[in-house]
Amino acid sequence: MILFLIQLTLVPLLSPLLVGVIRSMKARMQSRIGASMFQPYLDLLKLFRKDEIISRDASWISLAGPYIVFIISVLVPLGVPLLTVSAPTLSFPGLAAPLTLAPLGDFIVIVYLMALGAFFLALLGMDAGGGFGGFGASREMMVAALTEGGLFFALLSAALAGGSMTTFVIAGRVSELPLISYTPLIIGFSAFFIALLAENKRFPVDNPATHLELTMIHEALLLEYSGKRLALLEWAGANNLFIFIALGANLFFPWGIAAGESVAPAALLIALIALSGKALIALGAIAFIESVIAKLRIFRVPDLLFTSFVLGMIAVGIIIA
Amino acid sequence: MADFLISSSGVFVLGALFLIGALGPLFFFVTRLGSESFAGQWSYALSILGSLLGLGIAGAVIFLGQGIAFDAGAITAFVPFSLRVDALSAFFLGVISLIALAASLYAIVYQEHFRGRYSLGMLGGVYSIFVASMMFVVMANHALTFLFFWEVMSLSSYLLVVYEHREKANRRAGLLYLIMMHISMAFILLAFLLAFSAAGSMNFDVWRANLSSVATPLTAALILSAALTGLGIKAGMVPLHIWLPEAHPAAPSHVSALMSGVMIKTAIFMLVRFFFDFLPGSSLWWGIVIIAFGVASSILGVLYALSEHDIKRLLAFHSVENIGIILLGIGSAIVFSASGAPGFAPIALAAALFHTVNHAIFKALLFLGAGSVVVATGTRNMEEYGGLLKVLPYTGAFFLVGSLAIAAFPPLNGFASEWLTFQVLFAGLASPITSVKLVFLFAIAGLALTGGLAAAAFVKAFGITFLARSRAHNKTACVHEAPPLMLVSMGMLATLAVAFGTFAIPISRALVGIAASVGHTTAHLSFPTGKLIASPVNIAGMVPLATVFLAAILVAALAVGLVFWATRRNKVVYGATWSCGTPITPRTEITATSFSRSLMVIFKGMLRPTKQVSVAYHDEVSRYSVKSSAISVGFFDPYRAHFYTPIENALIFIASRVKRIQGGNVNVYVVYVFATVLALLTFATLI
Repeated sequence: MILFLIQLTLVPLLSPLLVGVIRSMKARMQSRIGASMFQPYLDLLKLFRKDEIISRDASWISLAGPYIVFIISVLVPLGVPLLTVSAPTLSFPGLAAPLTLAPLGDFIVIVYLMALGAFFLALLGMDAGGGFGGFGASREMMVAALTEGGLFFALLSAALAGGSMTTFVIAGRVSELPLISYTPLIIGFSAFFIALLAENKRFPVDNPATHLELTMIHEALLLEYSGKRLALLEWAGANNLFIFIALGANLFFPWGIAAGESVAPAALLIALIALSGKALIALGAIAFIESVIAKLRIFRVPDLLFTSFVLGMIAVGIIIA
Repeated sequence: MADFLISSSGVFVLGALFLIGALGPLFFFVTRLGSESFAGQWSYALSILGSLLGLGIAGAVIFLGQGIAFDAGAITAFVPFSLRVDALSAFFLGVISLIALAASLYAIVYQEHFRGRYSLGMLGGVYSIFVASMMFVVMANHALTFLFFWEVMSLSSYLLVVYEHREKANRRAGLLYLIMMHISMAFILLAFLLAFSAAGSMNFDVWRANLSSVATPLTAALILSAALTGLGIKAGMVPLHIWLPEAHPAAPSHVSALMSGVMIKTAIFMLVRFFFDFLPGSSLWWGIVIIAFGVASSILGVLYALSEHDIKRLLAFHSVENIGIILLGIGSAIVFSASGAPGFAPIALAAALFHTVNHAIFKALLFLGAGSVVVATGTRNMEEYGGLLKVLPYTGAFFLVGSLAIAAFPPLNGFASEWLTFQVLFAGLASPITSVKLVFLFAIAGLALTGGLAAAAFVKAFGITFLARSRAHNKTACVHEAPPLMLVSMGMLATLAVAFGTFAIPISRALVGIAASVGHTTAHLSFPTGKLIASPVNIAGMVPLATVFLAAILVAALAVGLVFWATRRNKVVYGATWSCGTPITPRTEITATSFSRSLMVIFKGMLRPTKQVSVAYHDEVSRYSVKSSAISVGFFDPYRAHFYTPIENALIFIASRVKRIQGGNVNVYVVYVFATVLALLTFATLI
């Protein structure tokens, strides 16, 4: 139960910080001072207190969609090993044995739940009937459709290396592998990292800081939203970044994660420190990429995504060969 | 009650219900009794009764583990009429009954759409025959019985395809359908005749008993190739699918739901019979071939669907895609049983069967939803839709459920069977043969890509149709929500789509039992479904959706509650969509064609889009001021260009040569007759 609460709250509580850290890292690399890394929390707070405007053309999809997208971004972390390799359990009064949430850790469930979030995000973009939202939705689905394969095969390579489809088991088994067997995992991770950049709308696929009509993908979808619904969508975006970083850190390099069934505070603390260290490296890499390279032309993006797809297939191929 | 359901009299009552349903309109027409609507309603009411009985029979057979057998040979030796309901037949009978129940319910009101333009009684009558023929096709136990019902099924569905016969496009679609169905029939007949020559009987029981032992490897290969070709046409397998996107949209929507949802599955049924019942233990390469067709059908099907802007054609192409996914399961099952992992074969087959029923549910739901949209707007062109969620709130919600199910999102049923198919393909990666491993690797890649593209296609289908503002040119059309009975029918299917996902564990376990009973049946027709459910290899017992569903509800309640409470004082204002200050018109919105344009460009190597720009000028000489310009985007059709047209040309060439023997001179004809008799006599003496 305690594990359930950790898994449920850790991601939404810390995810705005990740976004803040990337922004301040970028600011340093670009010789700016930049805002405090806690600024995203203040932004969310501000948005939650504001009134909102909804388009007259919008349907109930606009009303419910931001909640759905946010709920998915809180649901998925329940299946991602954050600090320990034991799956969270839920106990209800009247239930004989506690219910394990390990099925949420099935990697196909994770991939398709993330895709469900993208599906609703695209619908949200189209709902108001503006030109930007429609084209944003078209591009979003183009990127999402082509990213899914790379993401799928990257996670499959980890799953085959760990001999299980469940992320918790994968994390436990991969951490026991000898270093030599990490070769396919590193190839799988490169596929995963490209998928991470694409799914989180980062360079070189999308510019998270732009509002230039011709280039934006993700921001175009959020254009019609304000107040609490915008806050939920921004927060969901930050959660997704955390999910991807945690998946990358704990499936491909699960060092430091608390092993076994125990939830000893010391082990969890070590795991948190290890996760933070790995997250800092990943965030640094994202900030570095965003500072040194330009965004790709939209029709060059598929080349990158197919590269991810092929890398993932190679990783799986090496493992099964 | 149960005794009646598993007796041959139950099956005859089933047939009688549909026959009365079909003859009713004829009787009313001749005697001029009742209104035209009543004639149709009569048929649909009896179809509903028949479907309920069909569900009862299917359920009784599966849960009691006791089949039904009937052979008219015991009464008269001349009529080859033989029926047999085992677990596999019962499963398909159940699926057909389920979809027919929803479609008949829907049709009671939907038929009014055609009132005054076409005969409602005829629609209902032919519809009854169509449903009944599908049910009897899966119960047939003799080649001639099967062919009889198969032909009735093709002809009655042809009549339904050309029901709106005053439209030329429908007549053309119907003709193509009729031709393709008879080519299909010819191949199936060939397979049956080859099997007959090997086994010496047309009875399926005899084939089951000794066809695999008496047929030489060459005969077996010929039988399977002919069967795969003939059934592949019916199933809509690429490249034999060309009739499907023409015929399915042309039929009335409740018929489209049946054709796409269950009629093409009768081919899947027979494919399973051929590969697992009549000729079990076929070579590994058959499995590989079927997987290859499956991958091609699923990827190409979804790409063609993405490029469509006719809502019913879009759905028809998705049937090609889903048949591909079903074929992946069947192919894997053949590979497993041929490569020494027979424990996995029932699971692979169960994945295929699970996707069969799931596809039937959500595709019927989507076609019925599309039917409501077409009735409301008067067009199938998605470019004229938009904003329909506000006028068709329930239809829209049900269509959304169908879209989420077909795009395989958890916790809906499409995900459950795709998950199972993925597990089966993962098991294939463990094959000892490297080339087989590679085939499975590419199959996984194909299925993953298909999943992503299907999501894009249904963002388009739902978004363009139901969201934003209307793009209609004809604003006078009276757009209204569908009547309650049609909504009940769609609501039933939507509930099933959720239930078959959430309760996937018991369902997939039962399906493993059914799959394992194929080819196991003893003379007494009892099969150990109950025992097999607890089989040791139990991937099917792990479909994770119940937990996902539960956790989602919990998290949703928490998050929504918190946000509501935290922001309870905030106000909501309604305003205009922001458009840089320009006026908001339908032209501001994205269209179906431009939505999929970027994916079309990426896959242009496969899709070969064609673009034609036509510009009219005010002054043709100087060409400065443009009066109007138009752009039309189409797709090159490689199947017609490289496959069907050459065959057609060859046929015409041969026919033009052969017609020379028709001299018109009686003496020449007498010589022909004489030569034929001589040749036959020589042939007979040689044998």
